[in-house]
Amino acid sequence: MSSPLQMPAPGLAAETRGGSRRSQSIIPGFGLTMGLTIAWLSLIVLIPLSTVFIKSAGMGWAEFVAAGLSPRAIAAYKVSFGTAFVAAIINAIFGLVTAWVLVRYQFPGKRIVNALVDLPFALPTAVAGIALTAIYAGNGWVGQYLEPLGIAVAYNPIGITVALIFIGLPFIVRSVEPVLEDMSAEVEEAALSLGARPWQIFFRIILPAILPALLTGFALAFARGVGEYGSVIFIAGNMPFESEIAPLLIVTQLEQYNYAAATAIATVMLVASFAMLLLINLIQAWSRKRMDG
Amino acid sequence: MHRENSRPAARYGLIAVAVLFLALFLVLPLAAVFGEALSKGATAFGSAVTEPDALAAIRLTLLVAGISVPLNIVFGIAAAWAIAKFDFPGKSLLISFIDLPFSVSPVVAGLIYVLLFGAQGWLGPWLRAHDIEIIFAVPGILLATIFVTFPFVARELIPLMSEQGRDDEEASLSLGASGFQTFWRVTLPNIRWGLLYGVLLCNARAMGEFGAVSVVSGHLRGITNTMPLHVEILYNEYNFVAAFAVASLLALLALVTLVLKSIVEWRFDYHRGGAGH
Repeated sequence: MSSPLQMPAPGLAAETRGGSRRSQSIIPGFGLTMGLTIAWLSLIVLIPLSTVFIKSAGMGWAEFVAAGLSPRAIAAYKVSFGTAFVAAIINAIFGLVTAWVLVRYQFPGKRIVNALVDLPFALPTAVAGIALTAIYAGNGWVGQYLEPLGIAVAYNPIGITVALIFIGLPFIVRSVEPVLEDMSAEVEEAALSLGARPWQIFFRIILPAILPALLTGFALAFARGVGEYGSVIFIAGNMPFESEIAPLLIVTQLEQYNYAAATAIATVMLVASFAMLLLINLIQAWSRKRMDG
Repeated sequence: MHRENSRPAARYGLIAVAVLFLALFLVLPLAAVFGEALSKGATAFGSAVTEPDALAAIRLTLLVAGISVPLNIVFGIAAAWAIAKFDFPGKSLLISFIDLPFSVSPVVAGLIYVLLFGAQGWLGPWLRAHDIEIIFAVPGILLATIFVTFPFVARELIPLMSEQGRDDEEASLSLGASGFQTFWRVTLPNIRWGLLYGVLLCNARAMGEFGAVSVVSGHLRGITNTMPLHVEILYNEYNFVAAFAVASLLALLALVTLVLKSIVEWRFDYHRGGAGH
């Protein structure tokens, strides 16, 4: 793990923690840079984020439940969490294959494939949203061939899942890649020469080694999918109780000046993402412990 | 090299699966953007991207990125300097806080500024009394963009500068260089590719942000519409060619970002080095 992950993985802590250093340093600027960091962080992130919790705390439990856990809100959480989960599972499978291919094999166009994996990080979500809709709508590039078969992708939860597959793919690939690179092929070769079958090598040797990274990537893709808005709303159909995602419900409530409901739903989502963050950190702590022991 | 010779069937099968999956989910959408944008010819494309509202949206997007990216550079360098060059308690917590915007839904990122500065927000009455507009105006768009792009530069530099340690800086300082000279002559050259990498991703997100900006913008055509919001309005008006034309400019930005990012990775061997390993 010497190379820094480029992904939003809270694994940075692991890399900065290592190595005990002299506490006396002649390097200047601690007060200035630390002060700037704390001030900017508080003004832009911490104080604004706290407004959600303070406003929620002022609502009273009954009002909070009525707004944040209304049947429509619960249906929206189910759509958001359900589609994000399915998309993350599909990405875990195909992302792992992609990472494996990029690390282990040489083939023409590999550099282009490698660069392309990051497209979802670079392409604005709204652009992805209208492009996916153009492809999967009933008269779209792909949709016109699916429609006669009775398969509708756009304007229902399948469309949401497709958008979240697009958004989440790089998280899995970029989480798993460094671990695969560090893995030596010797253990696999030894297992192969001892007569192990390929599936045995995969499940007994490769999967255990990459599991923490795969779970981290899964959690990152899932967390991103739950909060995703731009790529989803064009293809979703946005029918309450069917294809309405939680972030859209927040926007809808805001547009109706129902700030309390918007805040309550935002609180539920923030608590969910903090839980995911905690889970990711636990996975990484577990992984570090496993690596050391 | 790894065992390339072991199982050609498995190798070609897996390569085929990966390439087909990426083609279906990544290449096809990209092709669709340009295909739809040019479906009515170059003239329709040209007039869509040069009409006044589109130009206003392009200007606003450039303005927002032009302010938020430099602010994030200053913050990112300061945060990385404090975290990588010094030891203090609570370091991991501080890093988690810096990463926080990545785990917050963009819509919630917009909402928090509405709760703070909106008409019904905490500071709403005071702002109204002093004739200061933040929500449904450019400052709100800026704040939301800075929030969602907050971690990009810092999280690129923190591990890089931690890995580099502080020997170079200490040598420079003990030879009599000042703090600023040390930063400009020693630290900055050491981190330049990491910084460029972070700036590329930060800029792409700043120009392309949709959810957070959509909540605080108010969607006033020609005034508070960024390019992604302009795409949405055109699309909802069934003006598909114009919507995809503006979207194709953003897709071009994404492609340029990917090319520059790949150049930084290949030429300067920055990051995982996945390609030539």
